[in-house]
Amino acid sequence: MTLLHGSEMIALKDVHFSYADRPILKGIDLSIKKGEIVAIMGGSGSGKTTLLGLISGRLKPQSGSVFVDGLDVPGLNKANLYGLRRRIGMLFQFGALFTDLSVFDNIAFPYREQTSLPEALIRTLVLMKLEAVGLRGARDLKPAELSGGMARRVALARAVALDPSVMLYDEPFTGLDPISVGIIGRLIKRLNRALGMTSVIVTHDINESLRLVDRVIVLSEGKIHRDMVPDDVRTTQDPFIRQFADGLPDGPVPFHYPGADYVSELFGA
Amino acid sequence: MISYLTQFIEMLGRFVTSRIDRLGLAARFAGLLLLALGVSIRRTTLIIREVYFSGVRSLSIITVSGLFVGMVLAVQGYEVLQRYGSAESLGVIVALSLVRELGPVVTALLFAGRASSAVTAEIALMRATEQLAAMDMMAVDPLSRVVAPRFLAAVFSMPFLAAIFSAAGVIGAWIIGVHLIGIDDGAFWSQMQANVDVRIDVLNGLLKSIVFGTAVGLISVFEGYFAAPTAEGIASATTRTVVISSLSVLLLDLVLTVMMFRGLS
Repeated sequence: MTLLHGSEMIALKDVHFSYADRPILKGIDLSIKKGEIVAIMGGSGSGKTTLLGLISGRLKPQSGSVFVDGLDVPGLNKANLYGLRRRIGMLFQFGALFTDLSVFDNIAFPYREQTSLPEALIRTLVLMKLEAVGLRGARDLKPAELSGGMARRVALARAVALDPSVMLYDEPFTGLDPISVGIIGRLIKRLNRALGMTSVIVTHDINESLRLVDRVIVLSEGKIHRDMVPDDVRTTQDPFIRQFADGLPDGPVPFHYPGADYVSELFGA
Repeated sequence: MISYLTQFIEMLGRFVTSRIDRLGLAARFAGLLLLALGVSIRRTTLIIREVYFSGVRSLSIITVSGLFVGMVLAVQGYEVLQRYGSAESLGVIVALSLVRELGPVVTALLFAGRASSAVTAEIALMRATEQLAAMDMMAVDPLSRVVAPRFLAAVFSMPFLAAIFSAAGVIGAWIIGVHLIGIDDGAFWSQMQANVDVRIDVLNGLLKSIVFGTAVGLISVFEGYFAAPTAEGIASATTRTVVISSLSVLLLDLVLTVMMFRGLS
């Protein structure tokens, strides 16, 4: 796989996706270049996480095409999909660490399952990954003994264990204290540069992500609302993005869930 | 009136189709599991781990239950047998009841409550916390890595546990019958030896417990794999495992007993 920097790594063309009758994505066109860090933003339920599911092949679009590294993801059979996934890392929202394994064994898991490396070499690799996230000393702890931020760092180390060419992050900052948010943000950037990965970050943490991404894609109502560089996000007057960036309760995204008229509901029609 | 009636029929129809739907899902799942077994059966360390958690850790409850069931059988059996002057047949009665019926059935019921419910809860929680999804994203099939070893452990453990249950039961009956009631020791064992057939009784009993192990194992992993990822979802999945397993075991036992023992004499 010899792809020049700047060539297309992920490409979605006119992707439609719905759960049962509920349309989630209505025609997404998206192209992400090799080495880019892209943030995908949008309110809850705007289809951000669905997008990650489509890129990783966990979901299939009703129509449209999804290409990762030149491979037609929905068309792959299981063996080939697993082949592709060996080159994709994913950080889950709450880490998804294996609770019955220690920190060390969690990170050793992909090596033990996917390679036939000798145990001594696996130990070296695991310790290197743990050192990179600053948790070499925590290798014997169980996931239940870790704080939220530490668990996320272990999960990050596990996700990049096989040096993937694409990293997908599902809400990497959610539920973390500001220090941990900063640490995770810096790690994402550093790993991306060190390993030359393409990163897609689904998030609603505007401030942290603006510091590390090359591009921000804003989803709204199943479509790409805007595709812009971080500087534009800071200065734009787009009401939707302002509401999002400044955390305003009401605006284009209504505060109230759609319902009957308040007065008539309280006092009877 | 009519509308209530149609509503009732609608409800009934929905109930029936949803059950059939789920049965189809289970059958499809069993097929996929069968495919995953090929890969999983070579991972002996994984299976041994699950045999330890499901089988070995069930040993105490199985042994103690077997002992007590055997003791009760001895007391009840003696009461009836001595009316006909054949109290020394106690060993036969107890041994046949145990190896043919109680061993496999009670073991399967206890196993469903002790081990299978835990397997359901474990798999369901792994799904709810995205551990299965994470595995799938690491190109490791959760069906062959997590589900299949737990299923195989149930199939493998059940006959051994049933055998241990029966053995403990015979010892329990011996303690009561020979030592407390005073039946002749030699008669107790020699009658048992003469009248319990290895093929008809012992092998059929073991065959039963392998079938029960397959059913209970399949139900527990299925309910766990498809549990709703919420507290109530996991709770009801665990309950369903125990209820459906127990009923399946009793139903299968009837079918197997008729097939194995009807018309023997």
